[in-house]
Amino acid sequence: MKYVDEYRDPRLARSLLHEIRQTATQCWVLMEVCGGQTHGLLKSGIIQELEGVVELIHGPGCPVCVTPAEAIDFAQELALRPGVLLTTFGDMLRVPGSRESLLTVRARGGNVRLVYSPLDAVELARQNPSQQVVFFAVGFETTAPATALSVLQAAQLGLDNFSLLVAHVRVQPAMEAILQSAECRVQGFLAAGHVCTISGVTSYEELSARYGVPIVVTGFEPVDLLLGIQDCVAQLESGTASVSNQYQRNVRDAGNRHAMHIMSDVYATADRPWRGLGTIPSGGLVLRPEWRQFDAEYRFQRPTPTLLIECADCRSGDVLAGRIKPPACESFGTRCTPESPLGAPMVSSEGACAAYYRHAPKSGPHAVSITNTGR
Amino acid sequence: MCLAVPGKIVRWLDHDPTFGRAEVEFAGIRRICHMACVPDAAEGDYVLVHAGIAITQIDAVEAQRVLEDLAILNDVDEEHAL
Ligand code: SF4
Repeated sequence: MKYVDEYRDPRLARSLLHEIRQTATQCWVLMEVCGGQTHGLLKSGIIQELEGVVELIHGPGCPVCVTPAEAIDFAQELALRPGVLLTTFGDMLRVPGSRESLLTVRARGGNVRLVYSPLDAVELARQNPSQQVVFFAVGFETTAPATALSVLQAAQLGLDNFSLLVAHVRVQPAMEAILQSAECRVQGFLAAGHVCTISGVTSYEELSARYGVPIVVTGFEPVDLLLGIQDCVAQLESGTASVSNQYQRNVRDAGNRHAMHIMSDVYATADRPWRGLGTIPSGGLVLRPEWRQFDAEYRFQRPTPTLLIECADCRSGDVLAGRIKPPACESFGTRCTPESPLGAPMVSSEGACAAYYRHAPKSGPHAVSITNTGR
Repeated sequence: MCLAVPGKIVRWLDHDPTFGRAEVEFAGIRRICHMACVPDAAEGDYVLVHAGIAITQIDAVEAQRVLEDLAILNDVDEEHAL
């Protein structure tokens, strides 16, 4: 596929690996923010190749993993109400709430439909006027323009049977929360490339300056990831800390103004609990009051959340904050597997635990794309 | 979840600011995508699509520049290896 295959070229990747090894005089600790990057780094073998040169700590960039259990519980409760059709992304289906997942709720009669896009949910609402269609909106800034657009479309179509259950989170406040924690080891960030297509590059400048950390906007293919690492390492070696963009084919400095306009029309920022990380100031999005008729929290009475007891054997909070790597969790691979997950990071296609389970270092056949591909 | 896939705009279907849509081709498969965030993209341009909407236009010149720079770096490395 154009704009994908070229950035998987093992020859280019190898020369970048060589550059990075030449540049680094010590082992630097970088955090890749997005779970998609975590998977790319493990699958391509980059983490293993750079052992001793760069340590990668895995960031909280898995929207499904940080969605609070009480939001999932409410979605499940809505799916069981007569006349409600709950729609969401496929990634959400198996994520455990406080007691069960949407998958088990569906098995016992809950009305849950997976959609590829929130705009498909608008279309479902248009075709099924007798049903209340709720879209469970999870995701970062990458996804928020699509859900905001769904509200604008539903409003223009005059639909009174469409609403959003909003659980959107914002990446930058979470990066700041990580930098503020006392045990933070992160020396540089690979910022989440697709989030930056929307929010841009310049918005990171203050954060980088305040904490003295390089922040490099980075893509997802092996060559993209290595370009980000190389930039970060070069900055650290020269004692500088600035914001740079190694994903320029997709990211403009100012972001996407059309998308940001749609988002700010529909959403306001708000404090938001992140699963495993606690409440993050300005860490989420809520619908503006003028769109309240499209807010599922307003349309359907939300039960008072029960006190949550997260599974004691799951260390997802430590994983999401980058304090431990998944194999350090005692349940990893034993009581917790993708088939029977204890925590969200083992479920999601972007979760760090699932990434380690699938592409674990030294799992031979997986770690091929850079190391074993012949010239 | 933030997965986004590059595709080529084959044909605009509707230029409405809210309902704008185009047919986009991904490795031979065509899908209809919402275009409200990339109203200026033209047929033949590449866009990155996430959750049914195009979120950014791909800068072809920039994409080429990066690959050319890397190819030069790679050649230099290979010369050194000789
Ligand atoms: S391996 Fe499973 S139990 Fe351990 S932190 Fe990850 S999701 Fe939780």
